[in-house]
Amino acid sequence: MSLLTIEGLPAAEISRLLDLADGFVEVLDRPVPKVPALQGRTIGMLFYEVSTRTRMSFERAAKALSADTMTFSPSGSSVSKGESLKDTALTVGSMGPDLFVVRHASTGAPWRVAEWTGLPVINAGDGAHQHPTQALLDCLTVRQHFGKVDGLQVAIVGDIRHSRVARSTAQAMATMGASVRFIAPRTLLPFDVEGWPVETTCDFDGAIEDLDVVYMLRIQQERGGGDVFPSIGEYVNRFGLTRRRADRLPEHTMVLHPGPMNRGVEIDPAVADGPRSLVTKQVANGVAVRMAVLLDQLSGSEKS
Amino acid sequence: MPEVINADDLGRAIHRIAHEIAERNHGIENLVLLGIPRRGVPLAHRIAVVLEEIEGTSPPVGALDISMHRDDISSRPTPTLHGSSVPVDVTGRTVVLVDDVLYTGRTIRAALDAVNAFGRPAAVQLAVLVDRGHRQFPIRADFVGKNLPTSGAEQVVVDVEEVDGSDSVRVEVSSQAVHG
Amino acid sequence: MIVLKGGTVIGTEQRIADVAVDAGRVVAIGSVDVGAQDQVIDCSGAWVGPGFVDLHVHLREPGQEWKEDIASGSKAAAAGGFTTVVAMPNTEPPIDSGQIARYVFDRGTETGLVRVIPSGTISLGRAGAKLAHLDDLWAAGVRIFTDDGDTVADSGLLRRAMDYIAELGGIVAQHAEDPGLAGRGHMHEGAVSSRLGMIGLPSMAETIIVERDIRLVELTGCRYHVQHVSARQTLDVIRRAKEAGLPVTAEVAPHHLEFTDRLVETMNPVAKMYPPLRTEADVAALRAGLEDGTIDCVATDHAPHSAHEKDVPFEEAPRGVIGLETAAAAVNTSVGLPAVTFFERMSIAPGRLLGLETGPLVVGSVADVTVFDPNLSWTPGTFVSKSANSPWIGTEITGRVRATLLGGQVTFEHQEGASV
Repeated sequence: MSLLTIEGLPAAEISRLLDLADGFVEVLDRPVPKVPALQGRTIGMLFYEVSTRTRMSFERAAKALSADTMTFSPSGSSVSKGESLKDTALTVGSMGPDLFVVRHASTGAPWRVAEWTGLPVINAGDGAHQHPTQALLDCLTVRQHFGKVDGLQVAIVGDIRHSRVARSTAQAMATMGASVRFIAPRTLLPFDVEGWPVETTCDFDGAIEDLDVVYMLRIQQERGGGDVFPSIGEYVNRFGLTRRRADRLPEHTMVLHPGPMNRGVEIDPAVADGPRSLVTKQVANGVAVRMAVLLDQLSGSEKS
Repeated sequence: MPEVINADDLGRAIHRIAHEIAERNHGIENLVLLGIPRRGVPLAHRIAVVLEEIEGTSPPVGALDISMHRDDISSRPTPTLHGSSVPVDVTGRTVVLVDDVLYTGRTIRAALDAVNAFGRPAAVQLAVLVDRGHRQFPIRADFVGKNLPTSGAEQVVVDVEEVDGSDSVRVEVSSQAVHG
Repeated sequence: MIVLKGGTVIGTEQRIADVAVDAGRVVAIGSVDVGAQDQVIDCSGAWVGPGFVDLHVHLREPGQEWKEDIASGSKAAAAGGFTTVVAMPNTEPPIDSGQIARYVFDRGTETGLVRVIPSGTISLGRAGAKLAHLDDLWAAGVRIFTDDGDTVADSGLLRRAMDYIAELGGIVAQHAEDPGLAGRGHMHEGAVSSRLGMIGLPSMAETIIVERDIRLVELTGCRYHVQHVSARQTLDVIRRAKEAGLPVTAEVAPHHLEFTDRLVETMNPVAKMYPPLRTEADVAALRAGLEDGTIDCVATDHAPHSAHEKDVPFEEAPRGVIGLETAAAAVNTSVGLPAVTFFERMSIAPGRLLGLETGPLVVGSVADVTVFDPNLSWTPGTFVSKSANSPWIGTEITGRVRATLLGGQVTFEHQEGASV
């Protein structure tokens, strides 16, 4: 059974994965942070998008569970020779992986790989659609800090329209009982959030004083050339987590960011490195969460 | 559902095991007790209490989670991690593993593997409340509360107060092991 | 002589009768005595009416014959009950001159299974800059001009094309999609695209172009046809233009009468076409529009693509679905029109638009005839077309073409138990 989307995953299921991940936080803290749980298992990683942190995080997780990895990324590979995703998936599939981890710029690509290969697939990010392990690591980070997710006021700020992180994390946190708000200019909000467990607003300053968690999204600088907002400067003035704005946050409020950060654009360096920041915690938790997901996918599935 | 060990017996067994540990190791210097979750952990703590009565001081006590070292992860539902807490570096120390029931030996095999993540012990010893036989690995216990010959169709159910609310050991007829 | 026995005949009145066909014409309607030399086709329980006319098919020849060619497309058309199809000009090279139009026409005649009438481009090379060889195309028999696949976005160019084509007596047909609003959209812009994180293609992209074009119809008097209308807002615009007496017509594709953007949630690129599948409200409005005549006819937008071209992630997939072989059944299933209206929308209205003789079957009619059983259910699986990119695979639909006659010749006869 694959992990393709966070959509529809019940709270109990998310909690179970977070509990498992909590256990792996302890495993990663051992003098020898490696267990033989997935010895002899092979994980096929298809990374069609440049992604240092997610790819490394999955590799670290797989290796800490003693699984082997085969990583495919397009540069200098058969993609430049015109091989299709299907052929690549079937080719790598013939080398005997137990599971695929797929990242792709197109929505639904991991679904297609699952359909073509018949193997379980973990979605490591598809287009602007879903990134379930990011959602889990964000929930874990918040739960560790606050002791709960339920009842927290969460704001996700920035380019929500083009963000799979916003979609997945908002869904996961709302499922866990948080109140989630999207904050962005209208050009960066989804066209229609009907049926989503979120509210939307264009007023960051108006919302800032009753937030427990501020989740800043990366702003793609190339969008600032008049594409979806007039300029970076104007964006920062209204939606950047500047020092001045951070000072208005309640004492206990924490800041998250999925990385990589544009320091000085969506987040001030002093805030990114300051006492409110959970950014490095997110990265560390990413490994534990991916261990939990890998183990969950492969346990109880006798190798055929 | 015959109760083969009652609460008093269980206390006496813990006492005897503690005495044997102290005797075998000429004291408790350099010892560390690691309970195997879940019921091995409270048993380890009780042994430590008795050791303190005997020796005037108690050894460090921890928990050793073996779920990620089992050899049957692929064929069972996703395991639960109970978490290890090993209070000292085990390198050069004598580790006493504590568990409730010794049966096939697979749990202890996993534990011997797991303990290596925390250092290289000088020696590893094993204390169990019940040895019910039917070993599948060349493993034996150093300290045994009670040898309990059983058939494979039976299961040994250990309750300890810290987990189950009372102390007892029962033998039940079933094809499935519960805590064992 | 061929005798179509015992069907419900769609003539000037609707009645159960036999239809006798000889020398390319209908020679008798009523109770026909069958001679030993006559071929009899049992039509009991079926509708017998004028052959279907499809104003919108992509036969892919010349240039993309791995998807379809005129021969395979003709075979698929006959199997779907069509006797005339209009081939879209977005071939490689595009049909922007008489020479290529004549090639398509001749290949159709050679195949002999369906009348293939080429359409021509509005702009040279479909580049949206200069006029195509309009006179030349007209002389080669082209009646419909379109840059289908792309919109003629330049209002000045479109105005000049309308002026010129109005004078010829032709029709300007528009694939209406404002390029700025459509952007790089992959599917209908709405709640589903927002949830899937895909760039949306708003309904407004279609409506705005049709609004603008109708202003140009007012200015030029040119006949104007809206291709594959998909948005309910566009229907309002068309309705107003018709009420104002403007020479405006519209077609709808069968898939837009059945599916919504929810089909994209399957991630299967078979749900990808332009214009995109829209919402329940749009489907309901399109069905009503087809019933009340705001939409004049059904056109398949038959757009074959090979399996390997669709075996990619959704956003990378080419647009379009095939439709010839399932169209009649799909429309019958989705909308359920009465027999007379059904043939009006499938045959008579599009035939009239092309200037064909198509009309109710009467003695003397050209024997382009389709026998359609409105009650026979089947589940599409394999196709005569070279491609199989159909959203109806595995879905039961009701209505089956039992036989197709082109100029008195049987071009298709359904075999009981056959997959097609």
